[in-house]
Amino acid sequence: MNLSRREFLRILGFAGAAGLLPAQALAETGSSDIYNLGRSGDIRLMHITDTHAQLMPIYYREPSLNLGLGQAYGRPPHLVTGSLLKYYGISPNSKLAHAYTPVNYVDAAQRFGKVGGFAHLKTLVDRMRGEYGSEKTLLLDGGDTWQGSGTAFWNRGMDMVEACNLLGVDVMTGHWEFTYLEEEVRKNLAAFKGDFVAQNVRVKEDALFNGAKAYDENTGHTFRPFVIRTLGKHRIAVIGQAFPYTPIANPARFIPDWTFGINSSDMQQLVDEVRAKEKPDAVVLISHNGMDVDVKLAQVVSGIDVIFGGHTHDGVPQPFVVPNAKGRTLVTNAGSNGKFLGVIDLKLGNGGVSEFRYRLLPVFANELPAHKGMQAFIDKTRAPYLQKLQEPLATAGSLLYRRGNFDGPFDQIICDALRQRNDAQISLSPGFRWGTSILPGQTITMEHVFDQTCMTYPETYVRDMTGQDLKNILEDVADNLFNPDPFYQQGGDMVRTGGLSYRIDPTASMGKRVDNLRLLDGAPLEASKNYRVAGWATVGAKSPGEPVWDTVAAYLKEKKVIEVKKLNMPELKNLSNNPGIDLS
Amino acid sequence: MGISRRDFCKTIAGSAASLAMLAVMPGRLLATWSEKAFAASKLDDAITAKFGSLPIEESSAIMIKAPEIAENGAFVPVTVSTTIPGASSIAIFTPANFSPMVASFDVMPRMKPEVSLRMRMAKTDNLVVIVQAGGKLYRTVREVKVTIGGCGG
Repeated sequence: MNLSRREFLRILGFAGAAGLLPAQALAETGSSDIYNLGRSGDIRLMHITDTHAQLMPIYYREPSLNLGLGQAYGRPPHLVTGSLLKYYGISPNSKLAHAYTPVNYVDAAQRFGKVGGFAHLKTLVDRMRGEYGSEKTLLLDGGDTWQGSGTAFWNRGMDMVEACNLLGVDVMTGHWEFTYLEEEVRKNLAAFKGDFVAQNVRVKEDALFNGAKAYDENTGHTFRPFVIRTLGKHRIAVIGQAFPYTPIANPARFIPDWTFGINSSDMQQLVDEVRAKEKPDAVVLISHNGMDVDVKLAQVVSGIDVIFGGHTHDGVPQPFVVPNAKGRTLVTNAGSNGKFLGVIDLKLGNGGVSEFRYRLLPVFANELPAHKGMQAFIDKTRAPYLQKLQEPLATAGSLLYRRGNFDGPFDQIICDALRQRNDAQISLSPGFRWGTSILPGQTITMEHVFDQTCMTYPETYVRDMTGQDLKNILEDVADNLFNPDPFYQQGGDMVRTGGLSYRIDPTASMGKRVDNLRLLDGAPLEASKNYRVAGWATVGAKSPGEPVWDTVAAYLKEKKVIEVKKLNMPELKNLSNNPGIDLS
Repeated sequence: MGISRRDFCKTIAGSAASLAMLAVMPGRLLATWSEKAFAASKLDDAITAKFGSLPIEESSAIMIKAPEIAENGAFVPVTVSTTIPGASSIAIFTPANFSPMVASFDVMPRMKPEVSLRMRMAKTDNLVVIVQAGGKLYRTVREVKVTIGGCGG
């Protein structure tokens, strides 16, 4: 990373103001090998998150639209393309620029090749461990590991547990893990060789009363809230924070006895207790809150040295340093789909971190040979399903991806397929951030469709909704994304629409952001009129229709070549010059 | 602790049942002050009916523990505690509901001023907690969001 002097001083300024100097800051090692880190500090912690069961290398385009408003304006992770490169002083056109941004995406993806894949990730993890001394390292997993591929779905997540055991995951927390049934979650965790931690998941009181299982009957914790790990001479406390809004954003019916939440006051109490009783050399948190929630948590809770964040899939090149009542907390976010490995070396002293060096390493599959044992496991896992996974459906006529605040080309395909196959005027598709990218000319296989749709509640529906219902849904989701207080956000992106356009002012208040709703022919949506709406992934009750992957596959087969020329973007209001937006 | 949580809960279930009996006793047996406050349809009217028109001071000594986003609007768990010396009453309101006054607790001397309840919230709105202490009123407000849900991830 070539850091300009000005940028270097600026970043140093942030850290300095927080009473902490990054060791060697962002300066390059001088080697062209981005994996040549050398050693610094006393311990090395590694972090993966939101791999979404992508065992094989994939393409993943980072967003060009990731709006930050209010306090989050222009702040990581709400920087895209040129703004991000400038903020972190990364040379345009470099390997790292390609990893962190979508600039010139197709050419760069062809040049640098696929990313991720557990066999390549394993090679990198082993190298990071071996050169540092394995006994002084930990591998943390932020969750969303058991969902996102056909193989994970058919194995109910167990294949990913085995892959994580092979990879050597020491401690993890979760989110989509809870979209399997409670007994499946427990069975998988029994097979997991690491520790599963979550301070913010509890068994509901009435369920406890009826004899439901808990890690601690007195506190109600469903899982161990934290674990102490010894790394050489040092003792590290690792606390877990699962996704706080799991039973709201995903079906509560799979895990009816459990209750979640951010529970920041519980977190402060736990950190204080752990520090007082265990006297660890550092306290770290693996979190599935999402980056903005983590930044606020770091402001209101003191005593956490590093938050290893996920959920929002933000590939944030350096930790964001948050000052708080008793010191400061480093907040990271390590992207998604197995594309990155976060590596932090910490120098410890006086119960905390005195120096750090962080790298968000992209896992370039071409540069890291596949680990033989892991590759053999992956091949064995895929073998029974290979024919289904590799079934060709169509050819991509243009770049297909999902990630972006309002729409992505693959979402548009899903919305179009839902409308066409169900003869509906309007379609809705959730703004998930998982799903891989497909380059123009690539054959779209069934595996790609599973990448975008595979989950335990894929059923589709067609039903009548009034114009008012539709407006209420858009307003509700917009508030989950743009509420000025991150504790009221759920993460994810705006619900995608087919056959319906609208205007949005993300800076307005709840209920007042969305207007000018129109059908495809330009006719205004009428509040009291009924419309035929198709969709999928219902959180309340199971929908009656076929799984959405069948809908999309049938649509693609009929199309043969699929090209998305223009995104179904809403008209944006009051967003000029936001560094989280690049529509070029 | 020699007794499991489950057994403990079973033991106290009997006393909980007798409390429940009190709650369903005919309304006219309840004091008239609360009837008016509970029946009021506007937040300010409910507060006045409960406490009269005493001045209200915003306070940071009242802690509200509640979800930022409710998992189920019909069943929102709320815990309120206060460090205000001499607190004699804790009342909970929300303008989200047709009748904004949700509950009122008398705090006896030597009782820990902390109460828990589960309440219904018809929509996204504020929880308004008022604590009375020595003829003064203190207020803290906290928003709870009730969503349609279902499009995150």
